[in-house]
Amino acid sequence: MKNHFKNLSSTLFDSLNEGEVLSASFSGENSQFIRLNQAKVRQTGLVDDFDFGIKLIYDGRTTSGSLTLSGNMENDEIHAISLLATLRNDITQLPEDPYIVMPLGAPSSENMTIGNGLPFENATEAIIPSLGDTDFVGIWASGKIYRGNANSLGQFHWFETDNFALDYSLVTPENQMVKGTFAGKDWNQSTYEQNIQNSLKKLELMNRKPVKVKPGDYRTWFEPAAVSDFLGMFSWNGISEASLQQGSSSFGKMRHDGIQLSPHFSLREDFSSGMVPRFNGYGEVADESRTLINKGQLVQTLVSSRTAAEYGVESNQAESGEYLRAPSMRPGNLTQDKVVETIGDGLFLSNIHYLNWSDNPGGRVTGLTRYACFKVEKGEIVAPIETMRFDDTFYRYFGTELEAVGETTSVLPEVGSYGGRDIGGTICPGILVKSFSLTL
Amino acid sequence: MEKQQLNLHELLGAVHISADWVGLREVYEKVTPRMVRDGVPVANGIYSTHGIMVEVLSDGQFGYFGTSDLTPAGIALASEKAYQQAKLAAKYSLVQFTDEARPAFKGSYQSPFVKNGQSLSAGELNELLLKSNQALKVSDKIVSASSIIQVLETQFKFVSSNGSDITQDFLMIEADLSATAVDGANQQTRTFGGMRGNCKQIGMEYFDSVDLIAQATRIGEQAIELLDATDCPTGEMDVILAPDQMMLQIHESVGHALEVDRILGDERNYAGWSFVKLEDFGSLQYGSEHMNITFDPTVSNEFASYGFDDGGLKAEREYIIKDGKLLRGLGGMESQIRSGVDGVANFRASNWNRAPIDRMANLNLEPGNSTREEMIESVEKGVYMESNRSWSIDDYRNKFQFGCEYGKLIENGKLTKTVKNPNYRGISNPFWNSLKRVGNQDTFGIYGTPNCGKGEPNQVIRVGHASPLCLFENIQVFGGA
Ligand SMILES: [Zn+2]
Repeated sequence: MKNHFKNLSSTLFDSLNEGEVLSASFSGENSQFIRLNQAKVRQTGLVDDFDFGIKLIYDGRTTSGSLTLSGNMENDEIHAISLLATLRNDITQLPEDPYIVMPLGAPSSENMTIGNGLPFENATEAIIPSLGDTDFVGIWASGKIYRGNANSLGQFHWFETDNFALDYSLVTPENQMVKGTFAGKDWNQSTYEQNIQNSLKKLELMNRKPVKVKPGDYRTWFEPAAVSDFLGMFSWNGISEASLQQGSSSFGKMRHDGIQLSPHFSLREDFSSGMVPRFNGYGEVADESRTLINKGQLVQTLVSSRTAAEYGVESNQAESGEYLRAPSMRPGNLTQDKVVETIGDGLFLSNIHYLNWSDNPGGRVTGLTRYACFKVEKGEIVAPIETMRFDDTFYRYFGTELEAVGETTSVLPEVGSYGGRDIGGTICPGILVKSFSLTL
Repeated sequence: MEKQQLNLHELLGAVHISADWVGLREVYEKVTPRMVRDGVPVANGIYSTHGIMVEVLSDGQFGYFGTSDLTPAGIALASEKAYQQAKLAAKYSLVQFTDEARPAFKGSYQSPFVKNGQSLSAGELNELLLKSNQALKVSDKIVSASSIIQVLETQFKFVSSNGSDITQDFLMIEADLSATAVDGANQQTRTFGGMRGNCKQIGMEYFDSVDLIAQATRIGEQAIELLDATDCPTGEMDVILAPDQMMLQIHESVGHALEVDRILGDERNYAGWSFVKLEDFGSLQYGSEHMNITFDPTVSNEFASYGFDDGGLKAEREYIIKDGKLLRGLGGMESQIRSGVDGVANFRASNWNRAPIDRMANLNLEPGNSTREEMIESVEKGVYMESNRSWSIDDYRNKFQFGCEYGKLIENGKLTKTVKNPNYRGISNPFWNSLKRVGNQDTFGIYGTPNCGKGEPNQVIRVGHASPLCLFENIQVFGGA
């Protein structure tokens, strides 16, 4: 696909008129999806999808377009040239855009990861027999993923990866559930079977009768998967410089009122894992690592070059949406084997669900407990809890109430697939919070 | 840019596999978003996708291949790979299907419009956006204002080996306006119905009927009004919800809970399960006797009207809940076969690259007979709320918490002062049983949202929700942090 993208964009670049600048992008995949329910196949199939985008800049104006590529060069050229002609017709009618980010001619990059996953025809036989008669439900997604960016000034980036993810739940006869994920680029049958066995062991704990807990404040341990969901909220009306400037960020208290998070809390973007490309939609390349919050202090927000131009601040090559692409939270010193003992009396939450801002400027988030969530008494797990709603602010759980941070971090891969399969993931530890508010 | 024209019958003729059934579903979609923020164009574009979902049935198992290679050779190859997927999985099938799951219908649907999608130029649309953007800035305290118009054109074709032949064409418009007012730490955002709720199947005549400039002025003024408003009170009281909040209330606490594939457990690893069980259909008192919910793909201009679902089933209006009693599930043919529960034509896919699942389409609350005045007069102490801004509900669709943009206190039967940060929470079944009054046709509003997420692999789909004003008794209400 790399050459197809390269050749197609070159054809368009060669066709440009005086004064026109064009950038091109590519996002595609060859995917297998197997949807499972009760450890059986509910739906199965393959998807080849290649999206080609262009962005035209001319006379202080800009407009974009995209189309699906067929893989046949002659056909794709006809459609791409026709799209460019339509954009040319539109662009002269548009108002001027004073904050256009002009593409650069360099640097270029190439990052291709070769995976040794399961051939599509082997997937069902490798995955299903070891599930036995468990109530297993989830999604297998595997195959190649492509990202590209090029422009008429000569820059060319290509990122290609080949990976798989089995994202699943195991369910007890009493409808209690645990969550598991098995993801990577090289398939290993025995590691996979071990992963399932570990989840089944965790499921045994769920056989105890769940208890109701009352609304109120609890000492609470959050496993890394839950912390990752909390961090995910920063990418939505949070750490974006544009959202701060436009009055719709939960980081306003940090920026304007000098409020800090806990000295135990540090967050950076770290691209060294290679899970996501370092180039963005403008073709710019981010630093390999960048500190965002250091020991509770907001060091910098995510600033795209467009935001930089609009508000007179410095860009840090963020993506135009200014969301976290490679979040990595610094671990602390609470070892996993001491977690339950250190909770003493409180809650152990493995996963949380359906988060939303209930008060964005206040940093307040509501959501629910889900999967393996337990009541802890006198340093021991007592029983699973029935689903509870929480409503609390990150200025407490990452701030005043943050008592300790786990010693080990986990990699939580992005398994979403709206439009196409996501790439990347969050690296973070678990956290112990002195007080966390359940409301319903 | 022109769509490539295909002859699906010819492509189907190129398929040579010994499957029990083959279907081709072609989707072409062109999205034209235009947006002005703070006086500057921030988005203008023409984004299209085009592909075919090749679906085959073999040994009781469906297999698919979503492809953008639209040549006869490409479709033939895709059908072979889809067939192989089905064959390999058949030994582990959850359900053994026959082609009964893909009923054969012939027909077409054209969404209603007067002026086509090209009748306003890029320049004219930008002009309208700039003007409405200026109108949003009623004060220096409006730190950010956005105006968005998105035109969507979708063409859908479906043919199958058992005789389906369906064509559906849609022209849709989404419009949104947003003003954020800031005063120190106080931030308030007001939009045009919340959740991009103003989306419809309509042509460019939309802009003749809706005065975007007048709406923008109102939205800007209300954002400023909210800055000075007191916080919504906390406590148990009555709430009156406007149709643009009822949209979300119906969506989350009725629609998703009644999707039969959820009840059958398909969705347990993602969106979740449901408090509703298969045996509840025909017996559960879902809400008070004032509650009447229809699945209605026939409402003119509503966002998710259509003639046929993506499994080819003809779509018809059905009562889902009547006089509070649960009658029917939101389940397409596959779910009806699996569950034995009566369903509707709601087997829908987000695009050519996804397989259909049970979705909402238009799910509406039917009007009652109270006037707006009667409803307000009947409340001693309560809050009137408009436009959703925050939504969250648990994986069984029980415990929800919703926040709105704009509220008004109701004291002794009268609307009094404006309140900011109105929120409420509850549990679906008791909440709907506390529905005390339903507004008449004059209070009825038609909304929708382009952003309903579900399924593995994930799919986002358009839904429509129409509702009158509704009064709920003794609800937990609260304000900001
Ligand atoms: Zn939804």
